[in-house]
Amino acid sequence: MKILVCIKQVPDMESRFRPDASGVWYSEIDMAFRVNEYDEFAIEEAVRLKEKLGGEPELTVLSLGPDRVVEGIKKALAMGCDRGIHVQDSSSHLKDPWQVASAIAACARGENYDLIFTGLQSQDRGSAQVGVMLAELLDYPCATTAIGFECGQGTVTVKRELEGGLRAVVRLKTPALVTCQLGLNQPRYPTLPNIMKAKKKEIRAVPVSEMLHEEPRTVMAGFYSPPKKGSGIVLEGDVPDQVDKLIGILKDKTGLLR
Amino acid sequence: MKALLIAECRDGKFLDYSYELFGFAAQLGADTTMLLVGKEGELPECGGTVYLADAGRYGEQNPDLHKRLVLAAVERERPDYVVLMHSSYGWDLAPRVAAGLKVAQLSEVVSVADDGFELPCCSQKMRRKAKPVGSPVVLTLQLGAFPAVKPGGVPALQRIDAEGEGKLEFLGYEPPPPKGVDLGRAEVIVSAGRGIGKKENIEAIAALARALGGEVGASRPVVDSGWIEAGHQVGTTGQTVSPKLYVACGISGAIQHLAGMKKSGFIVAVNKDKEAPIGEVADVLVVADVMQFVPALTAKLAK
Repeated sequence: MKILVCIKQVPDMESRFRPDASGVWYSEIDMAFRVNEYDEFAIEEAVRLKEKLGGEPELTVLSLGPDRVVEGIKKALAMGCDRGIHVQDSSSHLKDPWQVASAIAACARGENYDLIFTGLQSQDRGSAQVGVMLAELLDYPCATTAIGFECGQGTVTVKRELEGGLRAVVRLKTPALVTCQLGLNQPRYPTLPNIMKAKKKEIRAVPVSEMLHEEPRTVMAGFYSPPKKGSGIVLEGDVPDQVDKLIGILKDKTGLLR
Repeated sequence: MKALLIAECRDGKFLDYSYELFGFAAQLGADTTMLLVGKEGELPECGGTVYLADAGRYGEQNPDLHKRLVLAAVERERPDYVVLMHSSYGWDLAPRVAAGLKVAQLSEVVSVADDGFELPCCSQKMRRKAKPVGSPVVLTLQLGAFPAVKPGGVPALQRIDAEGEGKLEFLGYEPPPPKGVDLGRAEVIVSAGRGIGKKENIEAIAALARALGGEVGASRPVVDSGWIEAGHQVGTTGQTVSPKLYVACGISGAIQHLAGMKKSGFIVAVNKDKEAPIGEVADVLVVADVMQFVPALTAKLAK
């Protein structure tokens, strides 16, 4: 069995985002990058499946982006993936979801992966398109928003999270692609021995120019803070002072405190 | 300008948030046609054409077949826009339609800009503007970003069909997990977010809830981490609440959470990140470390 996990590196979401020189995306200056949270659930699910099946599956992790994304690939290797593919692209932030999916599809085509895991969406772009488009390009059945996953003989069963707490259970024939929602599992922290072992695992580098021949279908035209709607009060400063001010406001405005 | 609106049906019921599609089309000034995989007894209140495919035949969770139905309607209507909600149905179906048409998709549109569309990014902290290349364009709309508009009237039904089978077999729906606590009736809710740091800190949140005579809520990551039971979750996939006072502790404000609590009477957010999206809906934003501020507030209230 061959499994592919596609991951992306994103900035820490607590960062202060500023436009870059082109004004269409964020500046990476002083940004700390980490593996996209949804993708950590994808890695974990793939590693658990490998463990459950007695280590037989061959687990490849792929990431498209500049050199920094190798750190994300190394984390996935330390979590239990067997090998990595780095699709080198120093301007990946300017590629649209269709282009990213096309480049990954070019890498995956002919490899006969039985299962592909991706995150539901990235925390930075948030388009939720790449996984589904990849499945379409490979003609794989695809289930999104997985919060439950079971592997059978030539099939997988996925519990999809819908609105209002309702779930839908669907079955897919393999090969198949599953996009992972938060809560699917508990992603592990890599242990030190596994971090050391991961250093010896292969990471193959592929220039994106060899994989991508598609023009963008969307053009990025601006990046900015949302308009401030809230006329809310902002309390800054010392905690005791903030506590007093908040109690005063609650007494004034809510009638819940006397 | 023409827009093909893709409505939703769930468990046999027409979903009311589909009316937001009309609100969006009105802002574009587009003529509308709707497509629904649903039931004849559960139709939208609107004039004009509604393409109806029978959910009995095509299923509610059969996106490959739904894609082919949308492509068939696009073939007939030649719309400029194909519009879905950014829901579990929409984000699942839209990329399949865009791939099938070989056209652009823009996800989670929040507003129409002069020369493109505004989309949230960076976990709702920022906005970006994007322009599609070519036509038609597939769009998904953020839930609640556009007003629900009920045009009224009776639709002219047209049957629409697609060949073959889908690639997914639908095994059934599962009901939501039981509510541990009925947050819908609480006057005060103090909710814990990831910013509380660890499971042990739930107690500090519970103590503040007790001091205010309220219940404990939680954001999704707190539930997913196993720090509190699922019955406490507030948001799109949990409970929708509207207490007199909502105190969001260490919650950044993902759109799914905001959708579940923004109708609260008075909203206090405690967050060390002044830029967190929760600040957009908060009446008071306390910029502080939640684990310093909350115990201090609880102690003062106890006096």
